[in-house]
Parts: sequence; structure tokens; C-alpha cells
Amino acid sequence: MVLTDQDNRLIAAIQGGLPLVEHPYAEVGRQIGLSESAVIERIETMQQTGIIKRLGVVVRHHELGYVANAMVVWDVPDERLDTVGELLGSQRCVTLCYQRLRHQPEWPYNLFSMIHGFSRESVLSHIDEMVETLGLQDINYQVLFSGRRFKQRGARYQ
Amino acid sequence: MATAELCQTSFTPLPAKLPVEAPIHSLLMPLEKRLLNEFQHGLPLSSTPYADMAKQLGSSEKEVIRLLKKLQQLGYISRVGPVFEPRRVGYSTLAAMAIPREQLEYVADYISARKEVNHNYERDHRLNLWFVIIATDQQAAEQVLAEIEQHCGLPVINLPLVKPFHLDLGFPLWC
Repeated sequence: MVLTDQDNRLIAAIQGGLPLVEHPYAEVGRQIGLSESAVIERIETMQQTGIIKRLGVVVRHHELGYVANAMVVWDVPDERLDTVGELLGSQRCVTLCYQRLRHQPEWPYNLFSMIHGFSRESVLSHIDEMVETLGLQDINYQVLFSGRRFKQRGARYQ
Repeated sequence: MATAELCQTSFTPLPAKLPVEAPIHSLLMPLEKRLLNEFQHGLPLSSTPYADMAKQLGSSEKEVIRLLKKLQQLGYISRVGPVFEPRRVGYSTLAAMAIPREQLEYVADYISARKEVNHNYERDHRLNLWFVIIATDQQAAEQVLAEIEQHCGLPVINLPLVKPFHLDLGFPLWC
């Protein structure tokens, strides 16, 4: 799907959230000169083509008490990457799972996963359990907990 | 402590038994919890999505809108809206730096102040600052990283995304 100027205006109008009014899509349309049905149709297309991953309530983990945020990075042999990636990515508690380029020698890890929890202890025991049940004992990994959040906001594309 | 039921492969709404609760959750009404948990994806694409949600919850449109506004004011939700696939709209990358402790705040503030940065976290590792850059394209993102390197006099490790493995259905709360 190629994004038109109109799509970019729509993305700019909705990326900060839909208005909390009775007819939010009509309200968005009014702002950018589109009909309600055109807005709905275009959002639907963006969902179908994967440009929009999901549409709904975006929660803030930290504020809801999930104060332990671990980035778990794995050094997965290339031939096992897809299998391990799919496995980790489908775990209910893993909120993000991406392959990224290695940066040798200082950064050998090629699979990144994010896990949130109420405490470091619960997250760590959870990771142990995942390693055990998914059979990942032979893969090197590191757990990087977050410290200060210097900045966090939704992506701004425009 | 975590229990064996914490990690499940299928997405389900609120578990019947809430094994671990942070103190904050006891302050939320059942309807608020359901709003937070059951509508992280699949917001109705109808003329009146909040009325549709209300119907599903056995509540009213007015009440749903009021509670969503309240949860947003309290900072529990950032928005009701889309989450974009980062590779499809613009270009994003993750970067890391190893910064001497006494310079960390200065460098972090400089990086946070840049409009292309949308996440910027301290992490407990030799590479102690991690941030996400969003730019119009790869070249623009690399330009930002080069400027940061030059301004700070410290190397930036660029870790571009190769492949996502996660179907984003939101964040299952109270898991």
C-alpha cells in the first residue's frame, strides 16, 4: 500500500489518539476534509495491510504498576532465529519481539524481547521459567532492566 | 512472585484469578479494568465505537467516554487510537550508547530534546542509554545518530530492525 498525501494527513490526525466524542471518525474527517465513511474505510485498509498494527486503548505500563521493564536480548544462531523468534513473540507476556542487526564485537545479540512485571524478581523468575519451558538453555542472553525513563511518548511520524 | 500461569500463548482478557496485583489495581473499578484490558485492539470501526463498546460492557456511551477520559487524565492510558508498524510509516531504529556516569544526565537530556527521539531509557548495562529514533527515512535517521555522536563525542551503536516476530494485540494486564 502506497501512502497518499491524504493518508499522511489522516495518520497525522489520529496518531495522537481518536477524539473521545460520540462520532470520533466523523470528527477526524471534519479536521482533514474527509467524510466519516472515507476515514473508516482508510483506517480499515491500513489495518488490513499492516500499517496499523492495532487500534484501541494504548495503556501506560509504568503508571499501571508494571514498574519492572526488562529488555531481554538473545544471541540466537542464525538457523534457529525464526523458530525462536516466533516462539518468544507468541508468549503472552512478551510485548515486543524483534530481530535486530548484531553489532560485533560489542553487541552479539540479534533477538530483542520486552517483558514487563510488577517487580524485578517476578520478571526474572518469569524469564527463567520461559527459558526452561521453551528449551532455550543453550542460548546466551542478557536481561537489561530499565532505570530512569528520560523520554517516552507515542511515535510521531509527521 | 510469578507463577506458572503468567505466560500463556493465547491472548485472553482478564484472568478469572488475578495472581499478582500491583496496589494501583485495587483502586480501579471492574468496568475500568475491562476498558483497559478488553479494547487494546479491535476498536469498532463504526460511526459510534464508544456506544458499541458500552453495549459489550453493559454500560452507556456516556459512561464509557467519561471513564476513558478519566483513565487518560490519570495517565493510565496514553490514547485510544492506532499503533503503527514502525517499518511501514517512516523509518525507526534503536540506538545505544555507553556514557560515563557523570555525563549521563546531560547526554540523556540532549537526546530527549531531539524531536526524532520517542523513547529514551537508562538501562543497567555498560551500554546504559537506549533510545528509539523515528525519521522519514534511513538516511535521515543515520544523520540524526551522526549528529548525536558528534555533539556528545561518544560512539552510538545503531541496531536497526530486521524482522518483527510479535503480533501486537496490546499489553495483557494483570498477567
